[in-house]
Amino acid sequence: MSAADSEKPRKFRAAKRMREIMTEYYIEAKGAGSTGKKVAWITSGGPVEPLIAMDVIPVYPENYGAMIGASHMGGDLCAKAEAMGYSTDLCSYARADIACARENGGPIGGLPKPDMLICCNNICGTVLKWYETHARYFDVPLFIFDTPFCHTEFPDIARKYVHRQLDEYVAFLEEACGRPFDLEKSSEVGRRSLEGQRLWQEVLDTAAHRPAPMTAFDAFFFLALIVTLRGTQVVVDFYRELLSEMRERIEQGVWAIPNERFRLLWDNLPVWYRLKWLSDTFASHDACLVADTYTTAWCGSMKYIDENDFFGSMAEAYTRIYLNIGVDEMAKTIFSMIDKYQVDGLVMHSNRSCKPYSFGQYDIMRMVQEEKGIPCMIIESHMTDERSFSESQTLTRIEAFMEMIRQRKGLRS
Amino acid sequence: MERIVEEFKKASADPIAYGRALKEDGRKIIAFFCTYTPEEIIHASGVHPMRLFGTTRDSSAADRHLQAYCCSLVRGALAQALSGELDFIDGAVFPHTCDSIQRLSDIWRLNTAYGFFADVVLPVKLTSASARSYFEDVLAKLRSDLEKGLSTRISDDDLRASIRTYNSIRASLSELYGFVSRGASPLLPGDVSALVRGSMILERSAAERLLKELVRAHDGIGRKDTNLKRVMLVGGLCDHPDIYRLLLDSGALVVWDDLCSGSRYFEGAIPEDGDPIANLAGRYFERAVCPAKHSSTTARARRLVEAAIRERVQGVIFLQLKFCDPHAFDYPYLKETLDSHSIPSMLLEIEDQLPPEGQLLTRFETFVQTI
Repeated sequence: MSAADSEKPRKFRAAKRMREIMTEYYIEAKGAGSTGKKVAWITSGGPVEPLIAMDVIPVYPENYGAMIGASHMGGDLCAKAEAMGYSTDLCSYARADIACARENGGPIGGLPKPDMLICCNNICGTVLKWYETHARYFDVPLFIFDTPFCHTEFPDIARKYVHRQLDEYVAFLEEACGRPFDLEKSSEVGRRSLEGQRLWQEVLDTAAHRPAPMTAFDAFFFLALIVTLRGTQVVVDFYRELLSEMRERIEQGVWAIPNERFRLLWDNLPVWYRLKWLSDTFASHDACLVADTYTTAWCGSMKYIDENDFFGSMAEAYTRIYLNIGVDEMAKTIFSMIDKYQVDGLVMHSNRSCKPYSFGQYDIMRMVQEEKGIPCMIIESHMTDERSFSESQTLTRIEAFMEMIRQRKGLRS
Repeated sequence: MERIVEEFKKASADPIAYGRALKEDGRKIIAFFCTYTPEEIIHASGVHPMRLFGTTRDSSAADRHLQAYCCSLVRGALAQALSGELDFIDGAVFPHTCDSIQRLSDIWRLNTAYGFFADVVLPVKLTSASARSYFEDVLAKLRSDLEKGLSTRISDDDLRASIRTYNSIRASLSELYGFVSRGASPLLPGDVSALVRGSMILERSAAERLLKELVRAHDGIGRKDTNLKRVMLVGGLCDHPDIYRLLLDSGALVVWDDLCSGSRYFEGAIPEDGDPIANLAGRYFERAVCPAKHSSTTARARRLVEAAIRERVQGVIFLQLKFCDPHAFDYPYLKETLDSHSIPSMLLEIEDQLPPEGQLLTRFETFVQTI
């Protein structure tokens, strides 16, 4: 078999379908002006189900940020934002997206204009400032779903507060759409959302198999649907299909890394403009990134959802997501992932674009070393601003890290 | 007057020494880092609330826990906690404001042992009735956490007494600021800054008494006209007295500010009758917000322009603490709004150490000459 042939079976059938779905989705969103549908820009961790129930098209500046990064357009766009006065230290998603909103640059010719903005601060405080900027520029209503941070607990007072906000959210949508909220339809959307999350978790779980049929880099790609369209049937059907493809691979022995020797866990968002380079570099060491804390975040709070009362329980689930919890709680999640996926080392992306995800990583790293005794490494970047990345420095670090892992396993380089 | 100002200057220049001395007198001390701390509740418990500015000569102790792209306030505070500099405190309180303070709370909790610890997870949006009632719930929770943690009881009357003390401090600070802005005071803007910062350090009843004395000492002092340009500072914390001096040397008088070590600390009186917790919460919904909080998308710019017009400000200086995201996000919009009102502004990015004095003086002089 030639090298090209050996590559072939590792390409996912589902990738083509996923691209089709995303294309259709963006075509529909961009054509909203002619179909009369409303467009809401919403944060990636925001409660999207009520929008789906109201037939509003959700659009995600963060998903767009990832597209910008992956198309290597982040550096230019961030520079434009800096010329507008935004500091280079700010989140590169926000910088790139703000620049795009003003200039209509970027992939797919920019995002469709929003009719409303939904900002949920369960992922960071940055989204609040970012959406305030958009609210002023587009002069559209902004709804803030304020999710109290759960350092060590989720007290009743916070539960009451987020519950009351669901009612406010519904009232906001009724006003923005000019029609009443359909609770029955929203329960249906909720069921599909939960089903989508379950399937996504099952897809990710297949990488617990040794060797793994997929890597975290595949997860970064397939993530787009659970972020953008959860609550729709398309997502449920798609992940069902993807799951069966993963199982098929396990049966047929098609592995993500043909000679998988080492299994690694990734922490934080991806470095969008170096996905292939990082994937190839780790693969050259026969190392497979079998899981990551980022893509898991979209199914990590299912335990708080009551499947018979999605709407009533979603406020709590959205508040208690991975990033909205204390560092020690995050470490516990990482411990369990290390066990579940039988991980040999932890790769932490110290992401200058995401302070709440990155501050605390050094403590988590020490806890992992103490508790699990596995090597850890740090890669630093701005996730969507390729100007900030040093390939040579990262390569040196990866090589030293892989050497440590080999030594620990009693293997020679 | 000099004697009083000196006391505030001393305390704000070296809060650690002040804290240690207070501790030796048998006082319990709880540290905080942000003006969203409901100090009145801590004070009502009989414990001394003391703000830390994270100003330290050496923040290397924080390197093991925080990346280099974390602001110097958070890094400095953690370094002080880890290096033992804060051995005099009996605990700390962390109100929810920005992402960095939020993670500082976690790292602090996991790596230090200072006794009392509380997260005060305030709402971020300060616009809705539900946020208002949640805010009150959070304050009530802090009250009961303090009662449990310190084995004490905080009565409504204790809270009202504390509110009266703080109202008095804030009113005096506001008056004194006004005297200086109007040129009716021998005090300098740097002195006023020290009074505000010192009020967060000094024993509050002493601060209250001294500030009242200072206000009285201004009786009969007339207005003097100066040729100094009237400027305003905008940003988070300014723990650099040199900035005020260098501006003066450049021909500019700081007549107002939007700083959490300035007007944001003392603006807004709290009703002294009625439910003290509800009254305390109310002030946060009325005072100018820190950009980490949401009041409306335009409130900060509106207030900025109103203050600039009211105080006849000729130029605005943005003090942007490096890596402070909430302020950095607001800067382009605030600047644009000032531009549209033909109010000149300059941006000065600051870290724990200021740029060399000569360089800073040149920048200030250049700006002041153009306004």
